[in-house]
Amino acid sequence: MAVLVDEHTRLAVAGITGREGSFHTLNNRRYGTTVVGGVTPGKGGQDVEGIPVFDSWAEAVREARPNTAMIFVPPRFAAASILEAAAGGVELLVAITEGIPAHDELRTYNTLKLDHPGTRLIGPNCPGILSPGKANVGIIPASFFKEGNVGVVSRSGTLTYQIGNEIAQAGFGCSSIVGIGGDPVPGSSFVDVLELFQGDDQTELIVLSGEIGGSAEEEAAEYIAEHVTKPVVAYIAGFTAPEGKQMGHAGAIVSGTAGTAIAKAQALEARGVRVGRTPTEVAEIAVEVLGGASAPAR
Amino acid sequence: MDLLEYQGKQLLARHGLTVSPGKAVTTVEDAVSAANEIGYPVVVKAQVLIGGRGKAGGVKLAADEAEAREHAGNILGMDIRGHIVGTLWVEHASEIASEYYASVLLDRSAKQPLLIFSVEGGVEIEQVAKESPEKLVRHHVDALEGLSRKEAVAIATAAGADADVIQGVADALLALYEVWTEEDATLVEINPLIVTPAREVKALDAKVSLDGNALFRHPENQALSDGENEDPIERLAKEQGVQYVKLDGDIGVLGNGAGLVMSTLDVVARAGGAPANFLDAGGGSDAEKIKQAVRLILANDAVKAVLFNIFGGITRCDEVARGLIAAFEEIKPSVPFVVRLDGTNDVEGRKLLQEAALPNVHPARTMNEAAEMVVALAAVQSVGSPG
Repeated sequence: MAVLVDEHTRLAVAGITGREGSFHTLNNRRYGTTVVGGVTPGKGGQDVEGIPVFDSWAEAVREARPNTAMIFVPPRFAAASILEAAAGGVELLVAITEGIPAHDELRTYNTLKLDHPGTRLIGPNCPGILSPGKANVGIIPASFFKEGNVGVVSRSGTLTYQIGNEIAQAGFGCSSIVGIGGDPVPGSSFVDVLELFQGDDQTELIVLSGEIGGSAEEEAAEYIAEHVTKPVVAYIAGFTAPEGKQMGHAGAIVSGTAGTAIAKAQALEARGVRVGRTPTEVAEIAVEVLGGASAPAR
Repeated sequence: MDLLEYQGKQLLARHGLTVSPGKAVTTVEDAVSAANEIGYPVVVKAQVLIGGRGKAGGVKLAADEAEAREHAGNILGMDIRGHIVGTLWVEHASEIASEYYASVLLDRSAKQPLLIFSVEGGVEIEQVAKESPEKLVRHHVDALEGLSRKEAVAIATAAGADADVIQGVADALLALYEVWTEEDATLVEINPLIVTPAREVKALDAKVSLDGNALFRHPENQALSDGENEDPIERLAKEQGVQYVKLDGDIGVLGNGAGLVMSTLDVVARAGGAPANFLDAGGGSDAEKIKQAVRLILANDAVKAVLFNIFGGITRCDEVARGLIAAFEEIKPSVPFVVRLDGTNDVEGRKLLQEAALPNVHPARTMNEAAEMVVALAAVQSVGSPG
């Protein structure tokens, strides 16, 4: 089954005519994702290697019937584009854009919740979603992942690649890899994606990759204890981060005791989640739990 | 982006909060003339981005010119937990009847703004939260609706503010929330928010953090970033658009993506090493950016060995290799490098490095192997053997 994106995905991309937007849209199409259109105000009627461009989300939805929107527009326009896609009726929004103001994210999150409760936002500031063998929406380098039974959810992009690669080298594949992003107000949390993996037939083990800052990992630990029956292996980055220093992601800042890597690891371990101390150790635990007998790549 | 107290107060004043008249100065002479102008008694306050200024002796009351001169002289240049005082804020001393606390911050868990108010101000709010949590009123503001006067009055009343200043406190809370939304702040804290004997509500301190991602909306706030208290390498990195944080160790680290770099620091520490920095070259770095990043890492004299840990997604490993080769041509580093390249164009990248045969550059196959190698190399450098 996989989660969020698969062979039924019909993708439209805001910012398709930009350099990054067109590069990754075409990469996604090459992987096999069905790309039905793009949105760039003022460039309606053009096309990007055969993909029609529309002036607005309303028009794109009417003409091309996308069920998934990818947002690649610059930070100052991203919130508006997300809300416009939601208003157009697109169910799944994947925002890759990095550097959106926190207050825009806050208003967007709360507006979606109020006006478009059926819409799901992944990101912003995330690498997107890959369901190996089915669809790729975003910037995850798909060639390093195989299809299989491990679901990965992560706040960090490149760290996801590292862990996915370790899992692949251990002979296992992934159902879906979901990057939820490292920003202060992500559209979807670990809990949202854990719920999806728990309900997904293909997923037999879940890898959760977190980092310092906020309390998303602690909330995930609570949720896992009560609702997740599948084995979960976790990783937390930032054990050596000094207090009060921001480490790149807006989310990755430690202040005081809460939000530290050790507090997060302890919260997870207290709920029976095994925590690998390096990406390699995460893969080793995953292999140990799944056993050598489980069929890896399909 | 954290503001100094006086910058925060100016922002608060712009939105209608009452603050004491004062002046920011950088020399003793200017401090004295500011104090004379403002009128005694004055408070001389160190402007640094760290708490505990009072305890460290960085906040002093001066009754006359001689005292102002003495305090300014003592505080300027003072080292407060690693922060050297370069700026003083001199303001007219306030008479205090009560000390309250007020703040607005982003509650990431509830995904709403959180307004905190207490009549137990003037002390560490964490302490109040621990010892008498009932004295803290925590109120989630609806991010879409904003804060109403009715809510503000209810908060002030529930917290037990003096009856005659409920309206004044509500005014302050409304202004505080306005600063938070209209200035794109991530934190606005006033501790203490005082009530004077004349029953005036006034901000005696200010801690404001602004969202760097929203500065395009606030060109007037751009100049507020505090250059003088910043590490020079960190400042240079910011100018180049590279995420760099200086750490205490001797192993330089470069990676792509904040999560992977943090993970790399952890793996280096587990291998027994101490990272000298966090450096996220970001996604899609070209050779030029990598070269600049090498320069940044080596600008720290403590660095004895450097680890490149790249898992290319958008970033292409051949560009990273080209950048490293260019850096060696120009900078000619004297410390060993360990390079781990995986991901997009990794084969080409490794080949480029092999052909370039850079002196003292060691390829590693995995992240763990790379960490162990770099720790061993740094240790050899430390005992003085040639690398």
